[in-house]
Amino acid sequence: MATTTAVDLTSQTKPKKLLLQVAHDWLTTVDHKKIGIMYIVYALVFLVIAGFMAMLIRIQLAVPNNHFLSPQVFNRLFTMHGTTMVFFVGMPILFGFGNYLIPLMIGARDMAFPRLNAFSFWISAFGGILLYYSYVGGSGLYGAGSAPDVSWWAYAPLTEKVFSPGHSTDYWTFSILLSGIGTTGTAINIVATILSMRCKGMTMTRLPLLPWIYLVTSFLVFVAVSPLTAAQIMITIDRYLGAHFFDTQAGGSAILWFHFFWIFGHPEVYILVMPAFGFMNEIIPVFSRKAIFGYPAMVAATVSIGFISLSVWAHHMFIDGLGAGGNIFFTAATMVISVPTGIKIFNWLATMWGGKIQFKTPMLFATGFLFQFLGAGLTGIVLSSAPMDWQLNNTYFVVAHFHYVLVGAILFALFAAFYYWYPKMTGRMLSERLGKWHFWLFVIGFHLTFDLMHVPGILGMPRRIYTYEAGRGWDSWNMLVSAGGFIQAIATVIFVVNMVWAFYRGRVAGPDPWDAWTLEWATTSPPPDYNFAVPPSISSRRPLWDLKHPEDVDSHYEY
Amino acid sequence: MVTGLWAMPDFAAHWMTLRTISSLTLAAWRFLPPLASLSPTNMLDPAGTPARSIFNLTWFVGGLVLGIFVVVGGLLTFIVLRYRGRATDDNIEPTQIYGSNQIELSWTVIPILLVFMLFLTTARVILGTERIPKPAGALDVAVIGHQFWWEYRYPSLGVVTANELHVPVSDPAHPTPTYLNTSSADVTHNFSVPRLAGRIDVIPNRVNTIWIDPQAAGLYLGQCAQYCGTQHAKMLLRVYADSPADFSAWIQHQQAPAADPSTLSPQQLEGKSVFEHNACANCHTVKGTSAQGKFGPDLTHMGSRDTLGSGAFANNRQNLHQWIDNPDSLKPGALMPPMHLNEKDLNAVTEYLTTLR
Repeated sequence: MATTTAVDLTSQTKPKKLLLQVAHDWLTTVDHKKIGIMYIVYALVFLVIAGFMAMLIRIQLAVPNNHFLSPQVFNRLFTMHGTTMVFFVGMPILFGFGNYLIPLMIGARDMAFPRLNAFSFWISAFGGILLYYSYVGGSGLYGAGSAPDVSWWAYAPLTEKVFSPGHSTDYWTFSILLSGIGTTGTAINIVATILSMRCKGMTMTRLPLLPWIYLVTSFLVFVAVSPLTAAQIMITIDRYLGAHFFDTQAGGSAILWFHFFWIFGHPEVYILVMPAFGFMNEIIPVFSRKAIFGYPAMVAATVSIGFISLSVWAHHMFIDGLGAGGNIFFTAATMVISVPTGIKIFNWLATMWGGKIQFKTPMLFATGFLFQFLGAGLTGIVLSSAPMDWQLNNTYFVVAHFHYVLVGAILFALFAAFYYWYPKMTGRMLSERLGKWHFWLFVIGFHLTFDLMHVPGILGMPRRIYTYEAGRGWDSWNMLVSAGGFIQAIATVIFVVNMVWAFYRGRVAGPDPWDAWTLEWATTSPPPDYNFAVPPSISSRRPLWDLKHPEDVDSHYEY
Repeated sequence: MVTGLWAMPDFAAHWMTLRTISSLTLAAWRFLPPLASLSPTNMLDPAGTPARSIFNLTWFVGGLVLGIFVVVGGLLTFIVLRYRGRATDDNIEPTQIYGSNQIELSWTVIPILLVFMLFLTTARVILGTERIPKPAGALDVAVIGHQFWWEYRYPSLGVVTANELHVPVSDPAHPTPTYLNTSSADVTHNFSVPRLAGRIDVIPNRVNTIWIDPQAAGLYLGQCAQYCGTQHAKMLLRVYADSPADFSAWIQHQQAPAADPSTLSPQQLEGKSVFEHNACANCHTVKGTSAQGKFGPDLTHMGSRDTLGSGAFANNRQNLHQWIDNPDSLKPGALMPPMHLNEKDLNAVTEYLTTLR
């Protein structure tokens, strides 16, 4: 029954509606599923753009003394690459999945505030468009316009009017401000949805781990994004109304900006990585055919990571002369966060232990996540030790470390999520064969790029330099790193091809292609408007397990 | 007799293999290039006390992290291989396990102990670097970061120079470390010479101090490591560690006035006049002349420097000529404007500047 519905939805609706009608449907929608998909598509477009920028950066750095790009073009590229990836790929793609999945997983019909949801999406999207409009603003397309060139953390006083005349910094400020407003709106919405819209029987202790994580992450968003928004307003007041918050020429403080930025910036890392943990919590159990190991510990670890992440920001400032006291405090706080993170890794391993692990594409990417997140965590421990950071901060070791987190962990988790939930969103399965090509090429490219990138860092290569002279021992490493980057780009192209192909030609998925256990698999693929014909009611953490195994229901074992 | 999984492996039988592997490893190590040849900015090749104490910490932190990686990564590999689904599997779901307080407690407590160990070791190095008394023989140098060059002032010796820092070699028996009191004239920069010490941000309205004590004479390289604008990439650092005798000779030379005008040729005198009557003098100082600008590097003894443009290119007549004519062609984004001099004036100024030794 459900299978035919899925076919009907893809085969009947499309030819009948005019393109204009379809566009109108999407542009005016307040349905959480459509908004979720729009977030994801918008993030993917920016992923491709920012990825293309990364390739230009890697061409420039492949050999010493390269004249492929001028310093100004290069500085704009790394600024736009970083800003785009954090604010217009990472945040929207994670909120996209959250938007799509949370109401389904908690058995609700929509988000708590559907109109706020649409508003949040459109204002964030406008922020992204404004950022790229900077390329045609100012001195125009051929002069590369007013694209910002102040790096993604836009350290004052470099962003003050004296050192950054023109409008490049304003484009950066306003686009971040807009996306921040959208992000805060979505966070409020997610908290309200999870707290008030859960279906009958879904107590907080039966809430699936992915919504749990989104709940903690959304609280983190309020606390972290507000200082960033405040800082954007303050720098704008400095630039246009002559205040001196960060204007050092008039006695303002540069350190103040560092604090503002990193009070946002460090929790931001966890805002990005925690949803990735959430995907793992859903995918690893299903493909290991086991219940998640230690549900209460996973929730406790999530909450404690949320709290601790608010007290570690100054580890980005070990080289700013905090003094021994500050360095010791922030070293300790940063190291402590490895404990709850470790608990999560070990609990995932325990979930896989004794299972029958099915290495379908989502699980391949999940396994890649585990290996790389382990590596990312361990290089993080190296950097958490202040004296090590004195040598490695602002080198390619740091660049390698955070790409290990952002690409090796988050992007792998996202790929896993794509292969896992794409059938739910479109009613079609992605190709396993292309998926495996995608996985293996990406793994090879990833390790070639980011493993080797640690080495020039140890050999003293600073980040954000458009060129370097020969004889520093960095040449061959950079060449190999660039080669790895291109392998990743090829893998990404395969992924995009797979998605487009599967949308038209993929195998029909049916409601529950992975034999999974949470509520989103209890409705058709794609789900109808308002998700469930009859609002579900549950009595354990894995309602579909109970249906499939009435002799051995889950609720007997919950603690 | 214990058998099966818990039996001791037969080390004797494996001894030959182990010995072959270990001697091959040692042999390979011998063929590796020395650390110094990998890079002149290699943190694993320390040449001073602060860098060396970080280097010692590196072995501890690196070893610990590598150990964790081998254990956890090995466990993960084992699980992936051992519990992967097989075509011959039946359709029965594996036994469901929901958790275990004892096991979870163990992988909470052990990491806490490891973190504690790591923290104490780190704290020792932080205190050992940041909280030690300043020795009597210490030299103070003010380091001022500019877009995109370095200014060095020796307040006690009355010397001002740029881009090439000279410090005395420090003998561990009678340490003469150099204290670098950094500050910035414009945006945030970063002073980083990895073989001598960890890096420090150079921040406007703030003095951050680090100390270095190079223990062998020579040239130590580094560069600005905090993005500071268009030419961040070529804001290079050169630290010359001189023997005590060489250092006092260098200081004496720097304290001397600029070239005596009476020894200059007519063309060089012409160049001096062009220099002093054009915008050059607004930004540059040549001691003993009317040029007293502060925005650019002090040029009193620029001829004695090896490089120009903050280490970007060699100091020779041809580069100097091109630099004055069009700075952007050598260092795009440098803040020195093109001087638009005619060929005759350009040559004269170039000739004059070469006399400033």
